[in-house]
Amino acid sequence: MLYALKIATRYLTASKAQTALLVTGVAVGVFIFIFMSALIGGLAEFILSGDISHVTITAEDRDPAILVHPDGAVLAVAERGRARTAALAEAATWTPLIETVPGVIAVSPQITGAGFLTRGAQVAQVSVTGVDPGRESAILNLAGYMHEGAVRLGAGRIVLGQRLADDLSLRLGQTLRLQSAVGVSAVLTLTGIYSTGNGMIDASSVFVGLPTARTLFALPQGVTRIEIKLADLNAADATALRIRALTGLDAVPWTDGAEQLMEALNAQAQTGYFLKSFALITIVIGVASSLLLSTYRRRPEIGIMRAMGAGQGFVIFVFVTQGALIGLMGGLFGAAAGYLALLPFPSRDAFEPGTLPMDITQGSYGLAITLTVIGAILASILPARSAARVDPVTAIGQ
Amino acid sequence: MTALVQVSDLVKTFGTGEAATRVLRGLRLTLETGEMAALLGPSGSGKSTLLTILGTLMKPTSGRHVMLGLDLVAAEDAALTEFRNRHIGFVFQFHNLLPDFTALENVIFPTAVREGRETAAARARGRDLLVRMGLADRVDFPSAKLSGGQKQRVAVARALMNRPELVLADEPTGNLDRTSAMQVMDLIAEINRDEGTTFLISTHDEKIASLCRRQIVVGDGMVTG
Repeated sequence: MLYALKIATRYLTASKAQTALLVTGVAVGVFIFIFMSALIGGLAEFILSGDISHVTITAEDRDPAILVHPDGAVLAVAERGRARTAALAEAATWTPLIETVPGVIAVSPQITGAGFLTRGAQVAQVSVTGVDPGRESAILNLAGYMHEGAVRLGAGRIVLGQRLADDLSLRLGQTLRLQSAVGVSAVLTLTGIYSTGNGMIDASSVFVGLPTARTLFALPQGVTRIEIKLADLNAADATALRIRALTGLDAVPWTDGAEQLMEALNAQAQTGYFLKSFALITIVIGVASSLLLSTYRRRPEIGIMRAMGAGQGFVIFVFVTQGALIGLMGGLFGAAAGYLALLPFPSRDAFEPGTLPMDITQGSYGLAITLTVIGAILASILPARSAARVDPVTAIGQ
Repeated sequence: MTALVQVSDLVKTFGTGEAATRVLRGLRLTLETGEMAALLGPSGSGKSTLLTILGTLMKPTSGRHVMLGLDLVAAEDAALTEFRNRHIGFVFQFHNLLPDFTALENVIFPTAVREGRETAAARARGRDLLVRMGLADRVDFPSAKLSGGQKQRVAVARALMNRPELVLADEPTGNLDRTSAMQVMDLIAEINRDEGTTFLISTHDEKIASLCRRQIVVGDGMVTG
C-alpha cells in the first residue's frame, strides 16, 4: 500500500491550491474545536477550581439531649447550643492519613465560627476561620490575593478582607479586638489585607492562626472542619467515598448541594460539545465534497488505473489516504494555530475577572487531531467507494 | 502456433427491451500466440466492444471467452483485474497516461500496482523500455509535457511493462501524424517479432492494417473476413 500512498500524495501535491484551501478549511475547524475546548474547560476551571474545598469534613452537631419518661413521653428537650461545640477530635490523626489518599493535593484542618470584630466604637460581625500556620493558602489562595502585608498567620495575628478594612478604617499594624460567639476575646494585630474580588469574603471573613482560634472558641483539641483540595475536581465524589471508607468521617464532595451549578456546568459543556461537533461535521462535509469533486475530475485516470490492473481496494485506499492526509495536515496546522492563539491568554493559575478564562492546557489537541483524522477518513469513504465503482470502459472513453 | 485467445458465440447486448442493441452477434475468433492482427470494420461494427471484452474490461452477455486456458466469463472481478494486470496490455487512441506522473512512473504503473511499491527492478525495466521507444531523454519528464507521439510511445512501453501475452491497441495511431504513426507501428512490429507478443490492433487505416500479418474484418457484430 506504499504505492497507493505515493499516488495519494501525488494527487494532493498536483493540485496545490485546492489542497491548501481544503487543509486550511480543516485547520479552521480544528482551531474552533481547540478554542472551544480551552474556553469551556477554562470557564469550568475558573468557576470551580479557584478557592473552593473539593471535599469537606464537618463536625456533626450533637443531637440535643432528650429526657424520656418510662412510659415513652418526652419530658424535656435541651435547646441546641447557638455556638458550635462539635469537633473532630481526632483531626491530628486523620490529617496525615487523608494526605496519602491519591488525588489529594492539600488538606486544611480548620476551626470556624462566628465573632465580632471591634475597632474603637466600630463593630462588625465576622466569620472567623482558624487555619494551620503554613497552610493559609491550601484552599483559598490567600497569598495570591494579598493586597497589603503578609498572609503568614501566627499568635496574635489576623488577616482580613479589604472591604472590611475599609468599613472599619483599618491599616496594617493596628490592633483589633475579636470576640467569638462563645464569648472569648482576643486582641490581635492586623498583619495582612486581602482582596479576592468576592464581596462576601472581602467584607466578612477573617483569618487567624489555629492556636488563636482554639482560644477563641474554647476548643483545646480537634478542629471543626477539614477542607481538602484535589488535583482533579471531577474526582471529588469518588475521593469523598474513599475518605469516608478510610476514616469513617462524613466526607462531603463539593457536588453535594451544588446541583444548580452542576447543571449550569453541564449545559455549558453540552454547548461546547455541540459547537465542537458542528466543527467536525463541517470538516467531514468539506473533505467529502472536495474528494467527490476530485473523484469526478479524475474518472478517466481511475479508469486507466483499473484497466492497468488496479483493484477496487487499491482505488479506495488511494482516496481514503488522501482524506487521512488532509485530516492529518489540517489537524496539525489547526492545533498549532490554536495553541499559538491561546498563548497570549493568562495561564489557569492567573485567570483574572474580565478576561476570557482560556485554559491552554485544556485545548484537547490530541483529541482534535485524532477526531479530525477519523472524520476525514470517514468522509473519504463515500468518494473512495464511488471512485472504485468507476466503470473503466466509460471512464476511458470520456 | 497455439491458440492464445478463443471466443465463440460471443453476444453483447446493451440496454433492455425495445432499447436493446445487440452489438456482437455470436462472434467467433481465435488469436494465436505471436500473431500481429489488425481489426478492421466500420464504426459501430463492434470492434471496440470486442476489444473491451477481450481485455476483460467488460463481460459478454453470452458466449465463451477463454485465454491461456482460463474461462474468463465465469471469473470474478478481482480475478479478472489480476489476470488483466499480468497477461494483457492496453494502448488507447488517446494514450491515456496519468498526467501527474512522469514518463517512467507511467510505464512502471502496472508492475508497481501489483507489487505495492516501485522496485528498483521495475524502474530498470521501465527505463529500458523507454530507451527502446526512443525516449531516453524523456524518462523523468512529466507526461503532460510530452508530444502526442511521445505519449503514445510511453503508452506502448506501459502496455509491455508486465510482459503480457496479449496487447490490445484501440486506434493507437488514430491521433498521430503519419511520421509518428509509423514510428509507433515500427515499434509494435519489432516487439512482436522479437518477443512474440500477440498484438490485436483496431484501426480504420488501411495502411496501418497492411503492416499486420492478419486482417480480421468485423461487420454487423460478427467476423466477416
